[in-house]
Amino acid sequence: MKQLLVFIRKEFLQVFRDRKTLLMLFGLPIAQIVLFGFALSTEIKDSKIVVVDYAKDETSTQIITKIAGSRYFDVQQSLQSTAQLEAAFKKGIIKMAVVFPANFSKDLLHTNHATIQIIADASDPNTATTITNYITNIINTYNVQLANAAGQPLQIVPEVQMLYNPELKGAPNFVPGVMALVLMLVCTMMTSVTIVKEKELGTMEILLVSPFKPIYIIFSKLVPNLIISIVNLFIILILSSVFLDLQVKGSLLLLVFATTLFIVTSLSVGLLLSIGAKTQQAAMTSSLMGMMLPTMLLTGFLFPIENMPWLLQVLANLVPSRWFFIIVKRVMLEGLGFAAVWKEILILVAMCAFLLTISLRSFKIRLQ
Amino acid sequence: MRPVIKTDKLTKRFGAFVAANELTFEVEKGEIFGFLGANGAGKTTAMRMLCGLLMPSSGKATIAGFDVYTQTDQIKRRIGYMSQKFSLYDDLTVTENIRFYGGIYGMEIKEIKAKTLELLAELQLEKEAKTLVRDLPLGWKQKLAFSVSLVHSPDIVFLDEPTGGVDPVTRRQFWDLIYHAADKGVTVFVTTHYMDEAEYCNRVSIMVDGVIAALDSPAKLKKKYGYDNIEDVFYELARKAKRSE
Amino acid sequence: MITLNNIKKTYNKGTVSAVQNINFSVNKGEIFGLIGPDGAGKTTLFRILTTLLLADEGTATVNGFDVVKDYGKIRDCVGYMPGKFSLYQDLTIEENLNFFATVFGTTIRENYHLIKDIYVQIEPFKNRRAGKLSGGMKQKLALCCALIHKPVVLFLDEPTTGVDVVSRKEFWEMLKRLKAQGITILVSTAYMDEAKLCDRIALIQKGKILSIETPEKIVESFPVKLFAIRGGKAYKLLEDMRAFNGTDSCFAFGDALHVTFKNDENNTVLQYLDSKGHIGVSIETITPTVEDCFIRLLKK
Repeated sequence: MKQLLVFIRKEFLQVFRDRKTLLMLFGLPIAQIVLFGFALSTEIKDSKIVVVDYAKDETSTQIITKIAGSRYFDVQQSLQSTAQLEAAFKKGIIKMAVVFPANFSKDLLHTNHATIQIIADASDPNTATTITNYITNIINTYNVQLANAAGQPLQIVPEVQMLYNPELKGAPNFVPGVMALVLMLVCTMMTSVTIVKEKELGTMEILLVSPFKPIYIIFSKLVPNLIISIVNLFIILILSSVFLDLQVKGSLLLLVFATTLFIVTSLSVGLLLSIGAKTQQAAMTSSLMGMMLPTMLLTGFLFPIENMPWLLQVLANLVPSRWFFIIVKRVMLEGLGFAAVWKEILILVAMCAFLLTISLRSFKIRLQ
Repeated sequence: MRPVIKTDKLTKRFGAFVAANELTFEVEKGEIFGFLGANGAGKTTAMRMLCGLLMPSSGKATIAGFDVYTQTDQIKRRIGYMSQKFSLYDDLTVTENIRFYGGIYGMEIKEIKAKTLELLAELQLEKEAKTLVRDLPLGWKQKLAFSVSLVHSPDIVFLDEPTGGVDPVTRRQFWDLIYHAADKGVTVFVTTHYMDEAEYCNRVSIMVDGVIAALDSPAKLKKKYGYDNIEDVFYELARKAKRSE
Repeated sequence: MITLNNIKKTYNKGTVSAVQNINFSVNKGEIFGLIGPDGAGKTTLFRILTTLLLADEGTATVNGFDVVKDYGKIRDCVGYMPGKFSLYQDLTIEENLNFFATVFGTTIRENYHLIKDIYVQIEPFKNRRAGKLSGGMKQKLALCCALIHKPVVLFLDEPTTGVDVVSRKEFWEMLKRLKAQGITILVSTAYMDEAKLCDRIALIQKGKILSIETPEKIVESFPVKLFAIRGGKAYKLLEDMRAFNGTDSCFAFGDALHVTFKNDENNTVLQYLDSKGHIGVSIETITPTVEDCFIRLLKK
């Protein structure tokens, strides 16, 4: 046991003396979160929108004037029919369209209730949410004025329709995505690189020849990385709370548990990669190329998996970060409990057990 | 005869540390000059200054008549360099390596072609012309690396521990090449850890703690210090060293 | 203490032969030298004996234990310094030593007497990181690390490569003292002049053993007379001697040529050199060195 502690201590010493690795370890998550943070907090001004006015009456004209007067919007033109809308969206000329139905004022006067259709391009979910919020505010303000003037409750209801990305995947989704990506990369890379480094130095030969059990070597490589990664998790959580105003809605304990599971899975992958690699450079490249691409593409935070060809969908099921991503989303963003994620956790447990067994088995007690 | 290497109180300081202190010596054309010293004695620093890779702190030096402060470009054209660690590209063939180095020194294609044939013949490597360097035995690689360092017909060739790890026969074949080059008038400046190799040199200098502690022909050094081999002379001088890397 | 029986090892699925039919044994308390150039197979043998590699054929034992079956027991009782071994560059001398002591289940204090002679030389720098040490100091530290658990057999793979003469001499002094404490040492080197410091040596080339003897006997077994020829212009002398029809072999050795003749009685050589214009040439019979013997064995 004492041997193990000494080994783990040595690993920590080495990590803390290597400035470059340290920078990468803690700089990567910080940079990612801060970058997204800035990207998200930019105010949106002068969004290009179009208005389709079938009503052409006093009320609609008043609302249009208010919208055009706002500094958030830049009303491009008034189209004659909705048929032209799709083309405009596809060209990317406009971000949003506001449609007044033909019997707008009639409805309002007779039923005290009318709707305005708001169609937004949600392929940029962040912008779409923001600008629909702005326009809803304008309409609500107008509602209050109208009701005061008429002396009776009149209501105009905005009917929001999100085009292209109805679930508004985006902004908050990036945080679980970044977590999956950063943890996966850091764990696999750190593990494979530190093991291969010992091979390169020749110290691995000494360790193998010593009575120190090979399984302990692996264990003492994994423990520091596990701890560092959990620290990383908290850094990400704190940063996203401060910069992105995104707190953990569900159980923190459950989140930490799932993350630990995911970290151990990633560490096993790193161990597996280290077995084949002969140089630190090779280990680094294989972790980057082998892990980063699948994690980015097949996790689901950049591109929705449902829209992919079936082959990629099947492959995505094999990527651990995919399941981790779902768990984090549900626990952190939606505040759901264990009942909502037990299936995904079970899958991760299975993957982890499988990978760990394979990598332990194939770790050589001799040289090749 | 005009010396090919001439230094006068050549000194290199790194902060307060004097790596090479007031080196003064001359090397003649066609001479094989052994540059010995313990690890950390300042050999590498001195050699880098002579090759124009490192700016001296003070003192004077000329290489093939060119000044090490101002004419490093001319110096680089007139010298060849070979070290044990790097010289050839493992993933290029023998011919490609020769062509590459010839190209670097701005030789004409015709000239390179002629030189390549000449080199291959001299090394008896004609059959291996299209072999990747990585597949050659270590000894052949070293011989090839030496010949490549001579491809642009330099006045001086610097050899940094050229013969590590080869068998004694190959080592001697290597020295045959050195003798041959010196015979043709190339000045050879060589560092080595093999003390018997020091005895192949016309003259040797032994560096201790940044200064040249002894400089003469091996025979005269042995006589002066009363030993029958250079190894003992070296040991006598180098063990007094105060500093290590 | 160490035995090898018909050890054979190939790499790349049998296409590259590393060592073939290796047989030798090392006695207790002996310094046994494996002498040969890079690529001769020395490291392969070390790795087989330290249980890091499995031989394709043959058996081997260390301290009475089989290298395949009892690898755990061997790992308990041997010390090993691999050729490329360079310690943890980012740990200090003391941290490195402490680390290896603990890994081997001991403490520095427990076996301090074994390393004391060596350690005192590097102790003043004990808080310096290993990456900042000179070659000689690194080598001493590596030896301390290999010795710290009081091994009965010590494997040193090219411990003196790239180290200067002073450090090499000191290193061999240390090995002698370790031998006096009863530790068996198997050491490899590419420096022929170190052979005479071993009790027995095996000359090895291209995976085959050329000869196993004490250095004295190897020298004695040199079958012909060896002459040293000095004087004149070195390169011309070499070329002319090689061209001489009575010459069997001729190699430059330091300031002299070491020459063997097809016939030991050779009176015409001085005349011949005279006719080639060499002045002041001397010739004498000399005792061969291990290197002479190695060259002769290679030529066969």
